[in-house]
Amino acid sequence: MDSLTNYLLVGAILFSLGLYGVVTRRNGVAVLMGVELILNAANVNFLAFARFGGMNMAGHVYALFVIVLAAAEAAVALAIIINIFNNFNTINVDEVSELRQ
Amino acid sequence: MMTGNIITDFSLLILFLPLMAFTINIFFGKRLPRQGDWVSVGAILITLILSLSLLINMFMNWDPNFSHEATMSWIDLGAFKIELGFWVDNITIVMLVVVALISSMTHIFSLEYMKGDIRYNRYYAYLGLFTFSMNGIVLANNLMSLYIFWELVGVSSYLLIGHWFEKHSAADASKKAFLTNRVGDIGFFIGIMLLFTAIGSFNFQELFTGVSQGMIGGTLLTLAGVGLFMGAVGKSSQFPLHIWLPDAMEGPTPVSALMHAATMVAAGVYLTVRLFPLFSPEALTIIAYVGGFTALFAASIAITQNDIKKVLAYSTVSQLGYMILAVGVGNYVAAFFHLLTHAMFKACLFYGSGSVIHAMHHSLHDLHDHDTDPQDMRNMGGFKSKMPITNWTMTIATLAIAGVPFFSGFLSKDAILAGTLAFAQYHPQHFILPVFGFGAAAITAFYMFRLIFMTFHGEPKMPTVFKGIHESPKVMTFPLVLLAGLSFFIFYTLPYFNPFSDHGWFTELIKATNSVAPGNPTAAEIYEGVHHAHYLAMGLSLAVASLGIGLSYLTYLKQKLSAETWANKMGFIYKLSLNKYYFDENYNRFLYQPFLKLSRAVAYVDWDLYDKYFINGFGRVTNILSRITGRMDYDGLDQTLVDGVGRSAQGLGKQLKKVQTGRLQNYMLFALIGVIVILIIQAI
Repeated sequence: MDSLTNYLLVGAILFSLGLYGVVTRRNGVAVLMGVELILNAANVNFLAFARFGGMNMAGHVYALFVIVLAAAEAAVALAIIINIFNNFNTINVDEVSELRQ
Repeated sequence: MMTGNIITDFSLLILFLPLMAFTINIFFGKRLPRQGDWVSVGAILITLILSLSLLINMFMNWDPNFSHEATMSWIDLGAFKIELGFWVDNITIVMLVVVALISSMTHIFSLEYMKGDIRYNRYYAYLGLFTFSMNGIVLANNLMSLYIFWELVGVSSYLLIGHWFEKHSAADASKKAFLTNRVGDIGFFIGIMLLFTAIGSFNFQELFTGVSQGMIGGTLLTLAGVGLFMGAVGKSSQFPLHIWLPDAMEGPTPVSALMHAATMVAAGVYLTVRLFPLFSPEALTIIAYVGGFTALFAASIAITQNDIKKVLAYSTVSQLGYMILAVGVGNYVAAFFHLLTHAMFKACLFYGSGSVIHAMHHSLHDLHDHDTDPQDMRNMGGFKSKMPITNWTMTIATLAIAGVPFFSGFLSKDAILAGTLAFAQYHPQHFILPVFGFGAAAITAFYMFRLIFMTFHGEPKMPTVFKGIHESPKVMTFPLVLLAGLSFFIFYTLPYFNPFSDHGWFTELIKATNSVAPGNPTAAEIYEGVHHAHYLAMGLSLAVASLGIGLSYLTYLKQKLSAETWANKMGFIYKLSLNKYYFDENYNRFLYQPFLKLSRAVAYVDWDLYDKYFINGFGRVTNILSRITGRMDYDGLDQTLVDGVGRSAQGLGKQLKKVQTGRLQNYMLFALIGVIVILIIQAI
């Protein structure tokens, strides 16, 4: 069980679930959650390569950076969503299509 | 003793001081006190002092071969060089003094004569311009700079004849003078170019060397000589271009004295004197005949003229003909001698006539008479009691021009006549030349005394006008007295006192040089011939002068002979002379009118045919062509191609716009599809 393939498989499932959420969900917050899943899929891959692929501590450091980045991204994205809600009274991303003309 | 450098500096000052006066007066004259006349008078007096110091230096040196040349490069294009420069020798110095003296006298005389004139400052400015140009001619050492100054005197002459251009006749006269001179100047320029092409230089000395080396000869040299002489014919008013000088009397009288009697018209003679060595025997023969004929012909017109200035004008033409005749017979020193003496007495006569006209004008003005001609001698008479100074000075000058012993004209005229006699002895086929000379001498004596008798003697013809006549102020009589004084023989024969001798400072300091053109006698041979003919010429000239004076005395003073009877007897000849041989009329009929007709025909072709059909047709064709190209450009190019690009971009944009759904998920999907496509491509 303790092999690189299993870890990568978990990462791939997480990425696919995240991508599915981003593409299909209409709720802005749910889209954001999908993005978090994609980022964490990447984290799993980094750590798997740190253990088996010879990336060593660099993999751990990248994973930490990604977590920090994800936190920052979530903060900015949530702020954007709050602003969208204030302006359009909805967080449904399909309905926010003012730029289209 | 002056060194060469000082002479160069003096020449520069003599040349440029009058130009400075011109510049100041033309720009600031109106704003200066007394309208700036003192600037001009001061400049010309300094010029006179400088010229006189050169003359004194010449006497102290006593060197007949004195010559000084200074040049400056002007245009230097490899093989083609034009230089500007001075050639100062004894002839130059004497001429400089003549110009400066007569010019100063004119400046002084005009202070009173031109007082209150509307263009007083311009008048003085132009006098400065003229003096500058004339000095330029005198000092020039090459034909190019001489030609430049030659044209400049033409311009100043034009400006001064037309000084009162409100008068139609004055404006016409100035144009006539300018255009008539142009005819001669074309020949002059051709002559210059012939010499330049053959010899490659404008410099007088180099030209002389070139001719003596045979670089130009035969017919070409004769043609060049005749060309140069044509310039002199125009400027010195010789037949057949004599028509402008009498009309030039429309200018102010002091100007007539300066330019149209003493200096400018003498420039032509000066030119032939300067270039004498260049003339081939054939050219000299032509020169002699033109000069001799002009002398007699102009004198015959002067007899019947009634306008005091016209008489003097024709007299000037006649005397210039004398000088040209003297050059033609090879005795060019005599020509220059006559130029010198003539400048003095003729300027004096003109100032005298100016003084008379001034008096007449004022008297008529006081009577509010604006119809009587103040220049007509038939309105004068008996002025000697009212104008004693004018009378005496004019009489002295008349004695000089008539060739009476003890006066200057006797010496120079005698030298010229001796030259013609000597020439006729060498070449008996040219016997007519002395006849021209002596005939003109007799007629000159006659009409000059006619002028004096009609003006100053006899009964006043208009007593009311006569009452108002008064002598002119000192500013005007001073030049008269000075120039009358210079009409005595003594100033030309020093250091000798023999009034009949042909020796004096002039003949000793101004020596003829040998002609370099092949076939001419040497200077020594000419001198020998003249010397032998001296006493014969003297006797004959005394005889003809007494004849002329005697006839004039009997006709106009004693009334023993009636001028009217003679005029009636020789009605046809009298009419010819009175109407100046109908030269103006004939030129008008045979030259100007056909020329105008030709111009009109050319204008018709140019305007009505060429312009109307060709030029306008060209315009019309262009118009049609541009319509077609316009259509092509606008409808074809602009509408389809240029606008088509815009329209297609617009259409493409419309299509592409649809992709921009604004749905986040769509964009993500597109990105995903893109990634997958890239992955697939990589895998393949």
